[in-house]
Amino acid sequence: MAKIKLDNIRHSYFPNPKSDDDFALKRVHFDWEDGGAYALLGPSGCGKTTLLNIISGLLIPSHGKLQFDGQDVTRLSPKDRNIAQVFQFPVIYDTMTVYDNLAFPLRNRGVNEAKIDAKVREIAAMLEIEDMLSKKAAGLSPDNKQKISLGRGLVREDVNVIMFDEPLTVIDPHLKWKLRSKLKELHQQVKTTMIYVTHDQTEALTFADQVVVMNFGQVLQVGTPQALFDCPEHTFVGHFIGSPGMNVLPAQVKDGQVWVAGQAVEVSSSLESLPEGKLEIGVRPEYVRISDTGVEATVRNLMDVGRHKVLETLVGDIKVHVVLGENQQVSSDRVHLQFEPANTRLYAEGWLVDLQHEFEEV
Amino acid sequence: MKLELRDVSKRVGADIHIHETSLVFEPGAFNVLLGATNAGKTTLMKLMAGLDMPTSGQVLYGGVDMTKAPPQERNISFVHQFFINYPHLSVRDNITSPLRLAKVRPEEIKRRLDETADLLRLGPMLDRRPHELSGGQQQRCALARAIIKDSSAVFLDEPLANLDYKLREELRSELPVIFSNRGAVVVYATSEPAEALMLGGYTAAMYEGHVSQFGVTSEVYRQPANVNAAQVFSDPPLNVAQIEKRDGKVNLSKQFNWRARGVAADLPDGAYTLAVRPHFVRPAADESAQIPLHGEVRVTELSGSESVAHFNLGKDIWVSQSDGLHPYKVGEQHDFYLDDTRCFFFGADGRRVV
Repeated sequence: MAKIKLDNIRHSYFPNPKSDDDFALKRVHFDWEDGGAYALLGPSGCGKTTLLNIISGLLIPSHGKLQFDGQDVTRLSPKDRNIAQVFQFPVIYDTMTVYDNLAFPLRNRGVNEAKIDAKVREIAAMLEIEDMLSKKAAGLSPDNKQKISLGRGLVREDVNVIMFDEPLTVIDPHLKWKLRSKLKELHQQVKTTMIYVTHDQTEALTFADQVVVMNFGQVLQVGTPQALFDCPEHTFVGHFIGSPGMNVLPAQVKDGQVWVAGQAVEVSSSLESLPEGKLEIGVRPEYVRISDTGVEATVRNLMDVGRHKVLETLVGDIKVHVVLGENQQVSSDRVHLQFEPANTRLYAEGWLVDLQHEFEEV
Repeated sequence: MKLELRDVSKRVGADIHIHETSLVFEPGAFNVLLGATNAGKTTLMKLMAGLDMPTSGQVLYGGVDMTKAPPQERNISFVHQFFINYPHLSVRDNITSPLRLAKVRPEEIKRRLDETADLLRLGPMLDRRPHELSGGQQQRCALARAIIKDSSAVFLDEPLANLDYKLREELRSELPVIFSNRGAVVVYATSEPAEALMLGGYTAAMYEGHVSQFGVTSEVYRQPANVNAAQVFSDPPLNVAQIEKRDGKVNLSKQFNWRARGVAADLPDGAYTLAVRPHFVRPAADESAQIPLHGEVRVTELSGSESVAHFNLGKDIWVSQSDGLHPYKVGEQHDFYLDDTRCFFFGADGRRVV
């Protein structure tokens, strides 16, 4: 188990990167606490795999240092880092039994058979695969094969970190929720530092205590699931977390007042010393109300999602979603929208204006 | 053109894949086949499309028996879960290939291409190859090929299953708009209840090769005819319990019982199956959720805007779903509250008591 420090890490595939755009991974600088459950969340191409590869040692970053418990491991090979990894597709030996598959990482390290037996049975019990231990892995369903892959990742107690790279991709949707919560439970039992890479918000928020949201090759926010929902620090975070995501509308500030589509709008953000750049407001569909006054919108579609309704409107050509009650009706094609001031925030160039950026010297 | 199934069944050896099914899909209607993996959705679609032959029964297009006609004689389109495009052709040539095959005039091809590319927002990508597109764009390209040719029926077999959820959200709200006013019968298979609800139209709830119920989507959801239909249309899973109605009370167990009101008040005394959707079991009491259910939290899940808790209730596992992020701890004792007016009751024959 280890505390992982990402010290001003950046990566460029160019020999002499000049600007920020030359970096596939822009500056990442934070600590992962020993025994924490973390998720790296973002769409494909966001940089999360680059970051994962830097931690596992498949990629040496062009800039910055990686430390495990204070020791510089930036240039260590993957096998010298003492980590376990679970991949998107099952990695198991088809010709071996389930038992031997689980025992393999321990036998490789010369652990005695009595200890191996105890550990294999413990992991099998956690994953509910005890009845398969004597079966050949070849005949198992994809779900069960992936469970064995997970087991192989979890079986060693001495690893610095266990990394999961989209581990539930091959799992049937109806079993996903079981494994999703199972992994959370496993973390609470084994207490090893775990990093879970996914593009699925439910997997990330369910698993992790702290979620690292990435896009455009950079970390946009690190926070608890609650913080990411309540106070997105970047418009992309607001959009990516939540279904439907946060509404983002172009805004202007004039005479100490925020204006959206010609209407004055109250926001919770401070309007003092605003940074330069494009201004937008962000408000979640849960905090938009239909009213007699406010920003004018055209009704495009009303979707009944069972628990509630989702109204899709257009303000100009910008889509704005509104969550309505189960029995709420919309009788007109034109509506006025009100945004709850406490949950409406101002963003400049995508970033929450209330943020205090603390840039350290690189 | 109306699409009709008359007593269609499919047997493979001793296995019944589709039990006798009769359905009518009206022209221009959006129809969802909803069910778990292996419920028979794809099989049923293949029978309609002519990619497979039924063991018994008839498939009619516009009243004409087409049961034995090959797919190419049915004027249909089929979009698969794994988007299929021609890798060596540009997006433009991919989309127009069905029209070029049918020897449609070039100026007509041009007109329809512009219209379709506009609808699916592929305009700027027409000169690219499929591998230069994102997953969502590749699937839109496959969709464009399916809708450009004015088919009488379009079959979509879990077309969004392999996309990121944000893309899925976006295309899901666009699909009904794309297909509205085209006059084609659209049949869309999915295993996700939320997707069926958002797509709207009509839904056939499928369970183990049976169509448990077919009707307007929101009605199938709100007024399930039987336990299977209610079950199929519930994610997270439906809460189900055996109860007894006696002396004006609903008895779930010795510990949990309440005075019957609403539908429950009119039930004759006897044994029933109670079913209730997870969002009517709430983490705190409110004006409608009043019946306390005490349990130990077993599993919790957070999505972006909602929380789910699975808890022990006697020997059963129940599920609560609520808005916002609720900080449950696994292993904690928690009082959940049931909205008893939203429970469904099913008789011994599995049918809902109204």
